[in-house]
Amino acid sequence: MNPHLLLRVVSKFLIPLIALYAFYVQFHGDFGPGGGFQAGVILAASIILYALIFGLKEAKRAVPPSFVRILMTIGVLVYGGTGVVTWLLGGEFLNYGVLNHHDPAHGQHWGILAIELGVLITVASVMVAIFYAFGSRQPDLSDEDW
Amino acid sequence: MLTAFFENYNYYVVIILMMTGLYVVFSSRNLIKKLSGLSVFQTSVFLLYITIGKVEGGQPPIVSENHASNDSSVMVAGGGEAAIGHAGQMSDVLYSNPLPHVLILTAIVVGVATLAIGLALTVRIRETYGTIEEDELAMLDYTYNLEGTDA
Amino acid sequence: MSLISFFPDWMLTHGAAFLVVVPLIAGAIAAILPKRQIAAALTVAVSFICMLTSLLLVLQIIDGQTINYALGGWDAPHGIAYVVDGLNAPILFLISAIGFLVSVYGMPTIIAEVEPKKRAPFYAAFLICLAGLLGMVVTGDAFNVFVFLEVSSISTYSLVAMGASRDRRALTAAYNYLIMGSIGATFFVIGLGFLYMETGTLNMADMAVILREMEGGSRVSEIAFGFIIVGLGLKLAMFPLHTWLPGAYAHSPSMVTVFLASTATKAALYLLLRFVFTIFDVSFNYVFDVEIYLLAGLGMVGMILGSLQAIFQTDIRRVLAYSSVAQVGYMLLGVGLGTAAGLTAGYLHLMNHAVIKGALFMALGAFWYRYGITRVTDFNGLSKSMPWTMGAFTLGGLSLIGVPFTAGFTSKFRLVEAAFLKGWWWAVAIIVVSSVLAIIYIGRLLLAAYFQSPPEVNGHVVAKNEAPLLMLIPMWFLVLLSIAIGINADIMVDLAEGAASVLLPISAGATP
Repeated sequence: MNPHLLLRVVSKFLIPLIALYAFYVQFHGDFGPGGGFQAGVILAASIILYALIFGLKEAKRAVPPSFVRILMTIGVLVYGGTGVVTWLLGGEFLNYGVLNHHDPAHGQHWGILAIELGVLITVASVMVAIFYAFGSRQPDLSDEDW
Repeated sequence: MLTAFFENYNYYVVIILMMTGLYVVFSSRNLIKKLSGLSVFQTSVFLLYITIGKVEGGQPPIVSENHASNDSSVMVAGGGEAAIGHAGQMSDVLYSNPLPHVLILTAIVVGVATLAIGLALTVRIRETYGTIEEDELAMLDYTYNLEGTDA
Repeated sequence: MSLISFFPDWMLTHGAAFLVVVPLIAGAIAAILPKRQIAAALTVAVSFICMLTSLLLVLQIIDGQTINYALGGWDAPHGIAYVVDGLNAPILFLISAIGFLVSVYGMPTIIAEVEPKKRAPFYAAFLICLAGLLGMVVTGDAFNVFVFLEVSSISTYSLVAMGASRDRRALTAAYNYLIMGSIGATFFVIGLGFLYMETGTLNMADMAVILREMEGGSRVSEIAFGFIIVGLGLKLAMFPLHTWLPGAYAHSPSMVTVFLASTATKAALYLLLRFVFTIFDVSFNYVFDVEIYLLAGLGMVGMILGSLQAIFQTDIRRVLAYSSVAQVGYMLLGVGLGTAAGLTAGYLHLMNHAVIKGALFMALGAFWYRYGITRVTDFNGLSKSMPWTMGAFTLGGLSLIGVPFTAGFTSKFRLVEAAFLKGWWWAVAIIVVSSVLAIIYIGRLLLAAYFQSPPEVNGHVVAKNEAPLLMLIPMWFLVLLSIAIGINADIMVDLAEGAASVLLPISAGATP
């Protein structure tokens, strides 16, 4: 029997829940503690857990490193793009109030959601990228030689 | 004396952590140990900032009542009115100051990035030199320097 | 100002934020670009745009105005404000102009020095570093300074480490820089924490008002000041805290060395000026003591010891790196004098030194590019093998020593003048001694280059092999600029006096 069987079964249950919790933290960040940073780290934790249990190779098949690299940039672009949009609408950089003509408060809501989405994408992908970068180095001692 | 200590114990913790971290950075000759010292040092600063944010008797700065309509126009102790174009509505609940927490979130991220770069460098140094002890590195660089540096 | 009319109206109001946002976003894009050429083109374009934007900012503030930009529409004491005034606008222009020249200069050197796969990320890190440096100078919010300081520092660590394919010691140099730099930044942020405890605000202008109302504040603000000075001292390589600098300069890719030497320490020095003079005030006892005894004192010790160490180096980049430590000493002495004349001289020297050191390090990069030269002994006969590059190096070296009709002379002369006015004749003596030491370490290189014959390889004298034009043009631009400043420094002096009048508002216009 595979010695990791228990771990695999449990983590298969847990990983979706962890990811779901990340999105809860993300989208509830408006009203309670939370936000892009925390959510990003939690989301990345779910992917890292997957890599730890099923191996780096499997994780890289699920979330390819090239995809992660592009996501890092997309996150920054979402953040910066929100600022550029507020510029185009005639406000100061990141003045979300201009995003909605009728009610600046709604604009603030939309703006902060977009910004936090950018933060989530960047933080999660950077965390995974750091993990991949360290995990992919070839150790000069194999696990059995320790 | 003792009450003075217990009233300010968080500052003592900060100082102890800070000095421990700094000492580890300066005294150890192993690159990984230095980085862990640096992390402890930075963590002490996080604690210092969180201490600043505490307001005596203050609630967590989360607006619970009626949040949908006026959560962008709330007064917080130590902070300012956070809305533009809205008539600020004075809240009678005393909140802790959230600003230091926000600041330190940034500092934590900076710390993580620094640590990641530091560890990455350590990995590269280990791969290139075969050691992470500073004394051995200095010896290797010294001989390298004598042999010439032309690429 | 008719030049302003060439810029779109939108830039007049949003220029301050535009300057930081553009390289930041471009950096993110450059990270995933597949080809080096596209990334290089993007870098050159972005740094050129930054240069134009900061030129506009300089034009806007030149008659003593201040630009306030409320980021996100949140007004100053609560939100983050970007403030451009006579003190930081010239530094912004300096950083972005050097950034542009360096990115042109870097196109050939990057191919030689950085592994193919890492070239696009290299440009990304460079752009982010540029954004960080511009951000920490433009911002008017004290915590934002820390954020940008770390943005620029972290990208600098990786830039330095990318020299590893050329010289493996880049890795240990980057590691040491990381440890020292992080300690410096953490000290800075501890200081900010104490300052926030004392004043309850993070806006620099607000802090200044509150601290003046408190007449310097309690011991908390004294401690804050101490931490901030040490933190910034580490970043700007103040004498005993300079140990990271020679390694980082000596082993990083040429382009990074030029950029670091001309901008990174200058941005940190600007922050020191900002904190000592505008946020705190020299009228507070503790600030006055630090200024006179610590900044001026350590500046002078650094001038002598830095120059002495430069003489005994075998690696040419280390020679110039230690010389940078000495030059930072000149600037600190100007700051320590505390008079309008001293500050003008220090500020002028800051800008001149960036130009001179930029040119010198560019020449060193070209020597390495063609002949792989890293040592003082390799200089033999270089005037015959690379006449144009060596010519640039010679003029830059003379300027560093302070020969008349060069930029170095203008600022050193003003510094001497300021020291005399203050009655610090011993400071004058130290400036002279340090300049004599500069003659020794530069003269040693020039003698070898001009009076020794080129080395022979297999019985043949090495062929003349001039650096590519893309490297020569930025190099000579800086050299000619330093000569032009030496002949007529009016514009630079105006800018420096404008900066000094921001620092010492009472004596504005009273510069002798």
